[in-house]
Amino acid sequence: MDFPIFHLDFMGDRLLIAIIAVLHVLINHGLAVGFIPLVTWIEYLGFKKGGKNAIVNNEWDQLAHRLMTVAFIITTTIGAMTGVGIWFASSLVNPASIGSLIRVFYGAWFVEWTVFVTEVVLILLYYLSWKRSLGSIEAKAKHIKLGAALSIFSWITMSIIVSILGFMMDTGSWVENKTFIAGFTNPIYIPQLAFRTPLAALMAGAIGLFLTKLFTKNGSSFQQDSSKKIALWMLLMLPFTLAGALAYYFKIPELMIGNLPVAVGTMDFQSWYDLLVKFIIGALTTVFLIAGTVYFKPKLKIPTIVYILPVIGMLGFAGIFERIREFIRKPYVIGNYMYSNTLRKEDYPLFKRDGVLAHATYSPVKEVTEENKLVAGEQVFMISCSRCHTTRGINSVVDKFENMYSLKAGEKLNGDLMKNYIKHIENARYFMPPFPGNEAELGALVEYIKHIQEDGTPIDHQATSMR
Amino acid sequence: MFNHILLQTPVPRDLPLDLPLPKEVLIVLLVFSFLLHILFVNLMVGGSILTLWSQIKGLKDKEYDTLAHEIAETITVNKSLAVVLGVAPLLSINTLYTVYFYSANALTGIFWISVIPLVTVAFLLTYAHKYSWKILENNKALHISMMGLSVAIFLFIPLIFLVNVNLMLFPEKWNTIEGFAHALTLPNVFPRYFHFLLASLGTTGLFIFWYFGRKSYDFDNHFTTLTRYEIRKKAYSLTFGASAAQFIIGPVVLLTLPTKGFSWHLIFTIGTGVIFALPAMYWIWKGITGKAEDIANNFWKVALTLGLTITFMGSGRHIYRATALAPHQKLVEAKTIAYEKEVKKATEEMKNAPAEKPASDNPGEAIFQAKCSACHAMDVKVVGPPIKEMVSIYKNDAKGLHDWILKPGKKRPDYPQMPALGLSEQEINDVANYILEQK
Ligand code: HEC
Ligand code: HEC
Repeated sequence: MDFPIFHLDFMGDRLLIAIIAVLHVLINHGLAVGFIPLVTWIEYLGFKKGGKNAIVNNEWDQLAHRLMTVAFIITTTIGAMTGVGIWFASSLVNPASIGSLIRVFYGAWFVEWTVFVTEVVLILLYYLSWKRSLGSIEAKAKHIKLGAALSIFSWITMSIIVSILGFMMDTGSWVENKTFIAGFTNPIYIPQLAFRTPLAALMAGAIGLFLTKLFTKNGSSFQQDSSKKIALWMLLMLPFTLAGALAYYFKIPELMIGNLPVAVGTMDFQSWYDLLVKFIIGALTTVFLIAGTVYFKPKLKIPTIVYILPVIGMLGFAGIFERIREFIRKPYVIGNYMYSNTLRKEDYPLFKRDGVLAHATYSPVKEVTEENKLVAGEQVFMISCSRCHTTRGINSVVDKFENMYSLKAGEKLNGDLMKNYIKHIENARYFMPPFPGNEAELGALVEYIKHIQEDGTPIDHQATSMR
Repeated sequence: MFNHILLQTPVPRDLPLDLPLPKEVLIVLLVFSFLLHILFVNLMVGGSILTLWSQIKGLKDKEYDTLAHEIAETITVNKSLAVVLGVAPLLSINTLYTVYFYSANALTGIFWISVIPLVTVAFLLTYAHKYSWKILENNKALHISMMGLSVAIFLFIPLIFLVNVNLMLFPEKWNTIEGFAHALTLPNVFPRYFHFLLASLGTTGLFIFWYFGRKSYDFDNHFTTLTRYEIRKKAYSLTFGASAAQFIIGPVVLLTLPTKGFSWHLIFTIGTGVIFALPAMYWIWKGITGKAEDIANNFWKVALTLGLTITFMGSGRHIYRATALAPHQKLVEAKTIAYEKEVKKATEEMKNAPAEKPASDNPGEAIFQAKCSACHAMDVKVVGPPIKEMVSIYKNDAKGLHDWILKPGKKRPDYPQMPALGLSEQEINDVANYILEQK
């Protein structure tokens, strides 16, 4: 609230971050962390199969190179830019939370950065020196080692990021200590890492298998051999992914409870939790069936379209875990420290006493009066609801109320009922933070919501703080 | 003076968390990591412009098409380094200038975030361009327009950054600026933009001079009529011309900055930077006008002195910002401290306040008020059915009511689902009793 407020009133601010972040994680896991070891392995197989007179077996080497081309182009464009995009989007949508995270994690991020620079240099070297590596046995052997080094660095990059994600979910003892190590050793770190590592490898396998089908001649014996190897890779990773997913799965309820001031909302959670099991079973079974068929029955003709299934399955699988992660965090952006409306928990007593507007630097009104109540209400909405709701767009606050009260078309919202609901909002739906303001501000907010219901004029779109 | 600022300027609070490292360390990291980042940005932008120019020239003279291809090979490397090297200054500026950076971002919101898709497209285009050289051999128009589009994007993006950099410096404008287009009119944006473009061309000139001059570069395999000397002379001339123009644009950049950030320290730093540029200009001039075999004689001296110039300019850039923002930062700091005090006070007050007397002596009623009243009322439907209806269902079935509250189900098709509220056994019994007492 102490930054001008950026708000996308159609798509919603959360969706903006979600799109960028999910895209980034999928590319990072599926085409970097898990994919590069796979490519290096295939390159190595080609090297070993080279025979007496050749440095490499050309078919295998070319396959590895083509797979790497896809990974190189996508990771150094969309992958890299969505990585930066997470910073950009967060700096717009949740400046207070990203700013706080950076202050706590500056050291980790700086180390991450040096690893990341190394990773980028290695990926450039690895990909761009491919042709040269075909010059001699030594050059090729070196090149494969380069691939191995790159694999290690991309894994380290991920393992640092995971600690930061873990921190956002569960601040561990950080809230008391506010030290860097306390943030880094939070309890969810190891389960997350144990889960993401094989997950990345499995995603990469699914993508690799699909691309191999595209890049090789249908029905050729090379297609069978190479697909078989990738299927083997997938089958090997499968049990680890399952174990990691289960470990994570059983850790979640513990976290949920630790994260909630009162253990409410178990039912909303339960439906996600049930869905999660279905995804685990569904995606992993698909992977098992297809990889298993390719491995044990390599001669069987499977249409290309079927190869997309494990890719979709794995993307969905990874996606739902990201969603769950978001879910666990609510109503906080930084567990127990900052609510997802970006207000600190410890500021609430002050807001209850003085009202939020009194401390909102960019609000044109500091106190609610009869004349300014719509302007004030809009400000209160921006401060306490707009990080998750729009006025008339996706996840619109008006729609939410209308649906909740099961209103028929044309029926008007009832101000008193809404007031009472918002006053207890954290009890009604645990994922929403408590309403921060005072009585007068609550009244203004309700007036404002009624106003948008009636004449449908939302606020100035993408308006930053209103003037 | 402070009063003046107070009237015009928003004074937000800073984040109440300590800086992760001593301020001086962060500043050094910021200045140096930024210079490293901007170096590769310069090479990326300059390289794209030169590729485009060379490829257009290549329509008549095949050799230039080859030159364009060779320069294009470097863009994709430089652009990857530019991005990854940008992260460190981004982190550092976030930490040191939290309030200023985020406010500037928010004020140019849509444009700020559009950097991401725009740059992604530009990057994809540079790959498409690089890898389709053969395939599009007979469709030069299409091929060149790929590069053209990506150059256009690269020329636009710096404006977004410069608007942000400018807005950061002027909190006194935050209440009056309305979006990106308006912020473009800040007096310092365009001078700085041209300053940046000239720097890109100048730096890329030096880079090309080095790149095509390397012993390991297999020149004769690529070119037949163009000579190493010709390319190097052109590259040097570019650096010379661009740097000479900086002697005009530089003062304009300085003079369009509001005086609030000026200090002798700044003038001294910038002045030192200029002085280092003078011998470099002389050596380049000697190279261009001298004998062909001598052109590279002073290259490393030129690179070193111009490197020093850039370092001093980069430091000057920071010094201006530090001076310009110092008074405002003091206000922010004071405000943050005062605010934190108030937070503590309010928290104490709340703790010491006589325990708010429960809405009623009946514990069940108190729980109902807190946990159920958002959705239930006495005799009207709110979100869920009225208490009256509950009573009529459960008047002889206390156990059933208990079970519902513990684990609500889905019953009425036209109602949303009731969430489980996580009450303790005792609380459930209290609130159930309270409900059943209502007749
Ligand atoms: C942390 C983000 C967040 C914040 C902040 C937030 N909400 Fe919500 N709210 C949600 C989510 C998520 C839902 C459920 C959306 C869905 O899936 O239907 C929701 C649902 C609702 C519902 C419907 C509840 C139901 O039972 O159907 C209402 C009403 C509502 N919000 C009002 C508000 C108001 C008013 C504010 C501001 C005081 C607010 N919310 C702030 C996230 C938030
Ligand atoms: C978020 C809104 C919400 C809250 C908070 C809430 N309820 Fe409900 N309640 C509902 C809805 C909606 C229904 C109707 C559900 C249906 O029929 O599917 C309902 C139905 C009921 C019923 C009727 C059950 C039946 O068999 O028809 C009882 C009893 C009840 N609630 C008690 C409570 C109690 C006690 C609390 C507080 C501890 C509470 N509710 C809190 C929304 C809520």
